[in-house]
Amino acid sequence: MTAKAPDIRPVTASVGVAQAMKSVFLRDVRVAFRQRQDLLNPLLFCVMVVTLFPLGVSPEVSFLREAGAGILWVAALLSVLLSLDHLFRHDFDDGTLEQLVLQPQPLFLLVLAKTVAHWILTGLPLVVLTPVLGVMVQLPGNSIAVLCLTLLIGTPVLSLIGSIGAALTLGLRSAGVLLSLLIIPLYIPVLIFGTGTVAAASEGAPVGAYLALMGAFLVLAVTLAPFASAAALKISLSNS
Amino acid sequence: MWQFFHKLGSPKWFYGISTRLMPWLLVIGTALLMAGIVWGLAFAPKDYLQGDSYRIIFIHVPTAFLAQSAYIMMAVAAVVTLVWRMKLADVFVKAVAPVGLVITFLSLFTGAVWGKPTWGTWWIWDARLTSMLILLFLYGGVIALDRAINDEKSAARAVAVLVLVGVVNIPIIKYSVEWWNTLHQPATFKLTEKPSMPAEMWVPLLLAVLGMYLIFGWLACIRMQTEILAREQKTRWVKDLVMAGRH
Repeated sequence: MTAKAPDIRPVTASVGVAQAMKSVFLRDVRVAFRQRQDLLNPLLFCVMVVTLFPLGVSPEVSFLREAGAGILWVAALLSVLLSLDHLFRHDFDDGTLEQLVLQPQPLFLLVLAKTVAHWILTGLPLVVLTPVLGVMVQLPGNSIAVLCLTLLIGTPVLSLIGSIGAALTLGLRSAGVLLSLLIIPLYIPVLIFGTGTVAAASEGAPVGAYLALMGAFLVLAVTLAPFASAAALKISLSNS
Repeated sequence: MWQFFHKLGSPKWFYGISTRLMPWLLVIGTALLMAGIVWGLAFAPKDYLQGDSYRIIFIHVPTAFLAQSAYIMMAVAAVVTLVWRMKLADVFVKAVAPVGLVITFLSLFTGAVWGKPTWGTWWIWDARLTSMLILLFLYGGVIALDRAINDEKSAARAVAVLVLVGVVNIPIIKYSVEWWNTLHQPATFKLTEKPSMPAEMWVPLLLAVLGMYLIFGWLACIRMQTEILAREQKTRWVKDLVMAGRH
C-alpha cells in the first residue's frame, strides 16, 4: 500500500468560465446553508403576508378564490424583494465582491451564477410552498398547478431584475426602501401576467400563450439583466 | 462633426449657447401653447359625441406625449453618459427627471379629469393608465437614486443604468392601447396617417404639442444651467460670469 501522493498542481493562470460560475454558485449555496435562518425568513414572511389577507379583508371562500392567486403572487414578490438585500451585501462588506470583479472571467456570468443561487435559495422554496398556501386560500387544484407553474417561471425573473436593483443600491443609506422603489415598477408586468395566467386558467381558457409570454420575460431577463447588474456593481464598487 | 460633438460636451459652451437660445424657446413656446390652448378651448368645434368635455385633449395629449419623449431623451442621454462619459448628458438626465415626473403627473391628472365625464370614473386599471403610472414610478425611482448617491460621477452612471433598464416600459406604453384594446382610445396622432379628426381640431392640438416641447426645452435649459453653475463653481469662467453679473 503506497501513500497517496499529495495532490499538488501548478497554479494555473485561470480556471474556465463554467468552472468559475460553478464555484461561485456552490459557494453561495454553502454560505446560505450555514446561515439557515436567513433561508427561512423569506418563507415565513410569505406565509405571514398571506395570512394577513383572510384576516384583514375577508375569510369568505368566494373572495379568497377570486383573489388567492394575486395574494400569493404579491406575497412571493415581496419576499423576493426583502431577500434581495442579501444578494450582494455580505460579499460587499467582506470584500469578496471586489475579488469577483477582479476575476478574469466576465463579471456578468459570475453575477448570473450568484443570481441563480439566489433563486434556488429563495424563489424555488416559495414555489414548493405554494401548494400549501394555495389550499389555505381555497384555490382549486387546477389553479394551484398553474400558479406553481407561473411562479416557477416568474420568480427567476424577479431574482434577475432584482439583482440590478441590489447592485445599484449597494452600500447606500436606506438601501432597502430605495431598492423597493426602483424595482417594484419593473416587477409590475411580471405580476400582471403571472396572475393573468391563473385567472385565465380558472375560467377554463387556454394558458399556453400566457406561459409563452412569461417565458419570453424570462429569456429577456436572463440575457439582459446580468449585464446591467454587472455594470451597476462596478459603479457601486468604484463609489465606495 | 467631431469638433461639434466635443463642443457639445463643454459646459461653458452649452451655457453660452443656451443663454442665447432660451428667450426664443420661451417666447415661441408660450405663443404656440397659448394659441393652441385658446383656439382649442374657445374656438374649435364641439365633439359630436363628447361635447365640450373633449377639450381637455388640448392639455392632456401634449403632456402625455412629452412624458414619454422626455423619458426617451433621458435614455439617449444615459447611453451618452455610459459610453462617452459626456458631462452634459448626465446634467441633462438629472435636470429633466423632475420635469418628467411633473409632466407625467399632469398627464395622469388631466386624464382622470377627462375620464370622469367620458368613462364615468376617475381611474380605471386600464393598460395605458397603468403603464403611465409605472412611468411615474420610474421617474420617482430615478430621482430617488440620484439623491441617494453622494458621489456625482457614480450617481450619474448608476442613474444611467436605471434609466436604460426602465426603457422597457416605453414600448409597453406605446402599444398597450393596440395590444390590449381596453378603454383608452388609440393614439391621436400618427406620423404615417392623416389624423382622424378635422383640421380645426388637430391644428390647435399640434400647436399645443409643439409649444409644450419648446417650453420643456426652456425648462431643461434653465435647470441644466443651474446644475452646471453648481458643479463648475470653482472654475474661472463661472467666477467671471458671477462677477460680471454683479456690476
